[in-house]
Amino acid sequence: MAKYRARRRVDAAAKILCVAATIFGLGWLTLILAALVWNGFGGLSLAVFTQMTPPPGSNGGLLNAIVGSLIITALGLAIGAPIGILAGTYMAEYGRYSRLTFFVRFINDILLSAPSVVVGLFVYQIMVTRMGHFSAVAGGVALAIIVIPVVVRTTEDMLLLVPGSLREAAAALGMPRAAVIRHVAYRAARAGLLTGILLAIARISGETAPLLFTALNNQFFSANLDAPMSSLPAVIFQFALSPYKDWQHLAWTGALLITFAVLAMSIAARVLAARAVNK
Amino acid sequence: MNEMAQTARTNAVQNASREKIAVRGLSFYYGGSRALKDINLSFSENKVTALIGPSGCGKSTFLRVLNRMYDLYPNQRAEGEVLLDGENILDAKLDLNLLRSRVGMVFQKPTPFPMSIYDNIAFGIKLYEKLSKSELDGRVESALRRSALWDEVKDKLAASGLSLSGGQQQRLCIARTIAIKPEVILFDEPCSALDPISTSKIEELIDELTDDYTIVIVTHSMQQAARVSEYTAFMYLGELIEFDDTSKVFTSPREKRTQDYITGRFG
Repeated sequence: MAKYRARRRVDAAAKILCVAATIFGLGWLTLILAALVWNGFGGLSLAVFTQMTPPPGSNGGLLNAIVGSLIITALGLAIGAPIGILAGTYMAEYGRYSRLTFFVRFINDILLSAPSVVVGLFVYQIMVTRMGHFSAVAGGVALAIIVIPVVVRTTEDMLLLVPGSLREAAAALGMPRAAVIRHVAYRAARAGLLTGILLAIARISGETAPLLFTALNNQFFSANLDAPMSSLPAVIFQFALSPYKDWQHLAWTGALLITFAVLAMSIAARVLAARAVNK
Repeated sequence: MNEMAQTARTNAVQNASREKIAVRGLSFYYGGSRALKDINLSFSENKVTALIGPSGCGKSTFLRVLNRMYDLYPNQRAEGEVLLDGENILDAKLDLNLLRSRVGMVFQKPTPFPMSIYDNIAFGIKLYEKLSKSELDGRVESALRRSALWDEVKDKLAASGLSLSGGQQQRLCIARTIAIKPEVILFDEPCSALDPISTSKIEELIDELTDDYTIVIVTHSMQQAARVSEYTAFMYLGELIEFDDTSKVFTSPREKRTQDYITGRFG
């Protein structure tokens, strides 16, 4: 009986520790979100979406940064997502049992956790120095390098979840491998694949370090891919470190925008993933 | 079993009807382990042949050789000859997709594709034939009628194949298989996941399908084998123990092991 009571005590202690750890972790997140809303919400106005980043002391918005972020993110996704999906498809479908897949998976896991500043430096070295100037393209490539491992991983995982019986059934109809993958495996894993891409967008939309070495920043509106381009993270970085109050406010507002965009995408990814599992 | 006696039996069976598939000295390996040992038998055209035996005896493995399904996986290999209308399907140069269009397969668990009921069937047809919309509609309808599913789904062809019940899904899979007009249909325990009513529907269906198809069915249920098949092959530990008319196998088996199995002494 004494043993039983001791076990009950250990159980209670473990439970308290778990709850405390959860509250501790969530607490910081709540504080961050609260600080963002507190400092950033007041700055939200139409001007944020319609005006350029201002020089210190005057009014302005974040239009060039928002558009720049959208363009560079889209670019990174356009380059990275197809490569990631194709590589993931190879690993889960064609090369499931090959040594190459084992090797690529290992490398990919390293890439997945590589510091993004290293990616930025790498692209700086292979593109910016060769081209002689910073550019949106270089930014897109840097982000693509971050997108690839995320998408490779989710694509492979999601395709591996597609039951082998479905592939066999399709093959039993005499369906060529490519058709089995395209029409059956992709279709069955569609929500999961989409989730991976959303996660990749969420991951890159807040990246700052790789952009500072590649796309740099731009005070003005620019849609030229061959020139430096503004982006929200870069503007936040610059403005938040500045001594000017109005710049700091804009930085808070930009941070709020990114955070909620990422939050929205994460929720969408969750909903999609849940739907994928239920199916 | 005595080799000579087996050949004699095979010949006797063959005489009754043309042989569609002839299996000669077939052995099968999963990596280093031998799962089928020197199997010899033939499947008669437009007849139902049942493969029975305890779990792990190699009957599903055998079935999966007949459409080279094992080719999807590494380290699996077959030796010997499997002649489909005289052509060895174990030939490495064989076009597997073409083979599988001639030898269809229905699986243990219903496996509708994640698409509409209509597309589940139309998809396979479109792989082989270029048809107009109305021709395609006709083919889908006739496949569904043939598999006794038409009346239940004709008003919801656009609904997902996954929305059907288990028994309906299995009939959808049968419809999908016959839609591409194979010559042989392999059934791998098609009713093991179904209730008795769905099971009897599938069995009726199998019976009707023999007009046009050669059928091989793997089953755990001896009653089912007795109900649907003309010939029965009893397998044990990778060997073919006995192969004969179903009525003979179940009433007066020659081998003791067959006797023991069908009377429920093991398996």
